[in-house]
Amino acid sequence: MKSTLIRLLLLAALLALVAWAVSLWLNRSGDASAQMPQPITEQLIDKGAYLARVGDCVACHTSHDGGKAFAGGLGIASPIGTIYSTNITPDHKTGIGAWSYGEFERAMRRGIGHDGSALYPAMPYPSYAKVSDADLQALYAYFMKGVAPVEQANKANGIAWPLSIRWPLAYWRALFSPTPETAAADALSIDDAQLQRGAYLVQGLGHCGSCHTPRALTMQEQGLDERTGSYLSGAELNGWAVPALRGMPHWSEQQIVDYLGSGRNSIAAVAGEMKDVVANSTSHMSDEDLLAMAVYLKSLEGTGKGEYQHAPQRSQATIAKLTTAKDLDLGQRLYLDNCGACHFVTGQGAEQVFPRLDGASVVNAENPSALIQVILAGAMTPSTERAPSVLPMPGFAERMDDAEVAELASFLRHGWSNQASKVTAAQVREVRAALQHH
Amino acid sequence: MPNITNDEVDVVVVGLGWAGSLMSIELAQAGLKVRALERGEDRSNADFTYPKPADQYAYGVRNKIMVTPKDGALTVRHNMQSTALPTRQWGAFVPGTGVGGSGLHWTGVLIRPTPTDIKLKTYADQAYKPGVLGEGMQIQDYPFTWEEIEPYLDKFDKICGLSGNTGNLQGRIVEGGDPFEGPRSSPFPLPALEDTLNNTMFAEAARKLGYHPFPNPSANVSRAWKNPYGNQIAPCNYCGYCSKYPCLNYSKASPQTAVMDSLKRMDNFDYRTNANVLRVELHADGKTAKGVTYADGQGNEVFQPAKIVVLAGFQFVNVRLMLLSGIGQPYSPLTGKGTIGRNYAFLSVGGSTLFFKDKTFNPFATAGATGQMFNDISPGNFDGPALGVIGGAKIHSSQATGTPIGTALPAGTPEWGQGWKEGMQDWYGHSMKVSISTGCMSYREHYLDLDPTYKDPWGQPLLRITFDWKPNELKLQQHLRGIVGDITKELNPDSVSESYLDMDSHWDITKYVSTHNVGGAIMGDSPETSALNRYLQSWDVHNVFVPGGNAFPQNFQANPTALIGALTLFAAQAIKDQYLKNPGPLVQA
Repeated sequence: MKSTLIRLLLLAALLALVAWAVSLWLNRSGDASAQMPQPITEQLIDKGAYLARVGDCVACHTSHDGGKAFAGGLGIASPIGTIYSTNITPDHKTGIGAWSYGEFERAMRRGIGHDGSALYPAMPYPSYAKVSDADLQALYAYFMKGVAPVEQANKANGIAWPLSIRWPLAYWRALFSPTPETAAADALSIDDAQLQRGAYLVQGLGHCGSCHTPRALTMQEQGLDERTGSYLSGAELNGWAVPALRGMPHWSEQQIVDYLGSGRNSIAAVAGEMKDVVANSTSHMSDEDLLAMAVYLKSLEGTGKGEYQHAPQRSQATIAKLTTAKDLDLGQRLYLDNCGACHFVTGQGAEQVFPRLDGASVVNAENPSALIQVILAGAMTPSTERAPSVLPMPGFAERMDDAEVAELASFLRHGWSNQASKVTAAQVREVRAALQHH
Repeated sequence: MPNITNDEVDVVVVGLGWAGSLMSIELAQAGLKVRALERGEDRSNADFTYPKPADQYAYGVRNKIMVTPKDGALTVRHNMQSTALPTRQWGAFVPGTGVGGSGLHWTGVLIRPTPTDIKLKTYADQAYKPGVLGEGMQIQDYPFTWEEIEPYLDKFDKICGLSGNTGNLQGRIVEGGDPFEGPRSSPFPLPALEDTLNNTMFAEAARKLGYHPFPNPSANVSRAWKNPYGNQIAPCNYCGYCSKYPCLNYSKASPQTAVMDSLKRMDNFDYRTNANVLRVELHADGKTAKGVTYADGQGNEVFQPAKIVVLAGFQFVNVRLMLLSGIGQPYSPLTGKGTIGRNYAFLSVGGSTLFFKDKTFNPFATAGATGQMFNDISPGNFDGPALGVIGGAKIHSSQATGTPIGTALPAGTPEWGQGWKEGMQDWYGHSMKVSISTGCMSYREHYLDLDPTYKDPWGQPLLRITFDWKPNELKLQQHLRGIVGDITKELNPDSVSESYLDMDSHWDITKYVSTHNVGGAIMGDSPETSALNRYLQSWDVHNVFVPGGNAFPQNFQANPTALIGALTLFAAQAIKDQYLKNPGPLVQA
């Protein structure tokens, strides 16, 4: 009996050893010694700066408490503990200044660190695997010569042993992340140049799927491109309902371009996590690239789930009720007293300024938490080059209690042509508690 | 003596209201390194989200966003023989402070002067027989033509999202607008605001009497607007918190809604708040400035070196800084010599409140700039020469807001207690006003100088105003009272209460009029009679520019903001096109 146990333990140890050895082999993908194949020019650095915006590198690689750009230190919560982003400035001691092009390539597209260990997939290398050689070289040029070096040591991750053992991640990667070679082959399946560019940006550096594609139990995105039906079909992030991007039936191409380019369009304004994405990334992109992304998103087949249908009679009935302002229920009265000044009795808001509520995805989302959060905490448009105005919506946490917010949100979700479930005071309480916790 | 010296900038801008923000963005867009110094606090849209500004007591009564009397006091007297006393609370006018300045609390009536208003002296010489106009009147022409300034008025209209009806498009009179306005190069950017009941009643009566009413040209915008700087102004929701309030809906053009968000994005612009400029520092020869000295919020005196100094504070601040810094010669009413302090003018208002038992006016759906007005009583358009008066007035009606403090009640209603409550119950929402706002001429003995007695917290003398009503302005009031009387008869109310100046009235500093104080450092063709040339450049210190109401040689019946914006843009263009290439006087004296 005892010897069986020992034998089993030995077998387990042997298997672990083999698994570890195989992981080393897995981590040998790519060529760490590869040199930058072209000279670094101003033009190449500028191109890299633009691509770094597209990839939104600054978002994760900069600490939010006044950290220097790209110097790392931002804590990213994961199910196994906090992962701290690293210093990617060209500082030789603490950043990536001593990295060869090959090492940079491996980290970006293969999820393999400088020391040959597997990176946590908080780094979206499954998406970046799609980045072309030409773009990767420009990015390397920018990070070596266009970014100011900052000496700032990386923070140790807050992950306890044995979860902190990294080599099993090599298997995760082998199972779930494409290699640059397969990714390049996949890209050829689209023949329209604009569509191809859009797919390249959305799937690659844009890594839209990181938030907008649901994840499997094993944490990988359910799909990395249009071949998977649930790709970009919406998800949940920090309690927010992240909308589906497939087909975007309620938005025109121009509305998508305006939203990404300026943080607002004729019917909506950005809020939540997406605000920083617009401010740091998409608002810096060219009209041409934004249009390509919009064209690609519009080309995807919609999810068909809970799509808003404008019902003129229902919308008119709400407008008439709010206009006469007689025998209002609590939600309607709260709307007039708190929201109507900007969003109007029509729920139409005003172009580029006040979001439309009749048909808004945040209002109609199955999960009302984002709507509740906006009502409680407010929102504020980012200042972008295309639209510099910072237009704040106040938070109403001080003015309304949980039951009132629930009544208001429920009114919004069935007012005009909107059609979504009622909101309870308990749901509001939960969001309020989460906000106070932050 | 300053104990800190800042890094040098190309341009230091003193004050961050309309003039300061426009000058800052125009010069920063030209690539200059610009730093603005604002004596008050920082303010942005986020400070005025709904429902914060909807507080009549804080903003309307306690002047929450105005300069405090301690920081902005002036001394006032009626004539040179009396001793001036300091203002201990605001009354007739309420100067602003902080980012946005008075551009944050203005009502938003954005009307232009007429071509005759800017050439008033020429008109007076042609239309009036010698001796008809009172002695000591010293009105002057503006030193530019209508055609020269119009493109800048047009640009400012677009910056503000001007809403209203076009009256004169490139010389063609357009139905529904003001037929007396000067030709405009492009139509109003946005349609007029909606009318309220009183507006419609007033306009009908005025039209019946042969006048030409039109909707108030408004910078409370009627539709969502994106201006040439890319800034967005939201559609007005008629809440009524306008005059004396920051707009809670981002619907009133202000430095905040129209300029600042673009300006803040520029790397070559920055600004300091709680930076109270004490004086402009001149080089030894007195011909150029080397920068300004300001007191920061920590009790330091800071020297800010700059190649160009723009004094863009409120009129009083600009004139006082010129006097304190020795820029130009102080004006003397005895000799008529000197120019700094010359031609101070204010304005007068008046009107009738009409009470109707059976009519309900809705005080909850109005904006500061909703209303109808007519411009028939403006220079050149009425029988002024026969009456022996010059100047003119807007005659207008606007729905008063629902804010309860100060609600108009019929004459004889008690001002407090049970009687007041009963009056409120009977008459709240049952009255409308027909009002006048007049121009005001400039006179030899109306001027600004440094007070010999009273000093500010930094030991510097306060600015002293010497001003009173003259027969010309009082006669004009009597004439206007008659016209409003005719309109009142036409409207046939149950009762009327009137408020006008009499022929023996004196200027009352305690009752609110408006904050349209002008003159004191005026623009003109000659350094003998003006402080500034046509580009708002000091005749004496050529790298000092002084945009603001201080530049008006006299007051016209229109509200001043349109011309202040245009003058500032005109001057900015001259700095960019001419001064940078060839620093020196832009006009040879």
